[in-house]
Amino acid sequence: MVHWSAEEKQLITSLWSKVNVEECGAEALARLLIVYPWTQRFFSSFGNLSSPTAIIGNPKVRAHGKKVLTSFGEAVKNLDNIKSTYSKLSELHCEKLHVDPENFRLLGDILVIVLASHFTRDFTPSCQFAWQKLVSVVAHALARKYH
Amino acid sequence: MVLSANDKTNVKGLFGKIGGAIEDLGGEALDRLFLAYPQTKTYFPHFDLHQGSAQIKAHGKKVAAALVEACNHIDDIAGALSKLSDLHAQKLRVDPVNFKLLGHCFLVVVAAHHPSLLTPEVHASLDKFLCAVGNVLTAKYR
Repeated sequence: MVHWSAEEKQLITSLWSKVNVEECGAEALARLLIVYPWTQRFFSSFGNLSSPTAIIGNPKVRAHGKKVLTSFGEAVKNLDNIKSTYSKLSELHCEKLHVDPENFRLLGDILVIVLASHFTRDFTPSCQFAWQKLVSVVAHALARKYH
Repeated sequence: MVLSANDKTNVKGLFGKIGGAIEDLGGEALDRLFLAYPQTKTYFPHFDLHQGSAQIKAHGKKVAAALVEACNHIDDIAGALSKLSDLHAQKLRVDPVNFKLLGHCFLVVVAAHHPSLLTPEVHASLDKFLCAVGNVLTAKYR
């Protein structure tokens, strides 16, 4: 089980309470698809992904980004139980979606960059440390049921 | 992975706008690297690694200067960083994975200090540029 210090929990939950999940989620997913274009392979049904402008404005990208980050919120609410929180989602990503777990790490790092750009100086090095740990734990939990 | 003309324009534009402040960004990127990825401290046993230490600031300036040099010779990064590449291969031998980690931390500091400059397109170009620099620095490893 992952150990979270009181400070780490505080840094995570207090930042999360200020996150606009819809905006940040949409931005994180859009940046993933723009910065690492090969990740578009999972979204052939999303329509126009032909340019950064198209991706940012794509309503399916926005909706899915919101969905992904809302799910991330479950980790924040269940910091002491992230493995079981994502058990079913892990199976889904392996068996149905066939997503290489490396993509979870890529998205996690993009999320950290998006948070940095939104919170600027408030996204202190300590804050980044706690969030890098969280995205890493989430990525690990999502990869856990792969076979 | 190749830097397009757009990538080069984006990176030069970004560095131009950040200007001299890039020196401090280098130091802060290192601070964040050592905090978020403690294993990276193993390469600096001789340093005072407290956040914001004089040694970290000085080293950050060196790192930033190398990035600026690469940017100023963006058509021939390998040529511009040839000596640094030798140094990392023969003497420093920093494991290649760590260049990705530092690159990520550099992106974070740019995002934190210049969010309006780090549009998705510039983000993509800067990420590619930092990968290219890392590749050059590890090119002679074996």
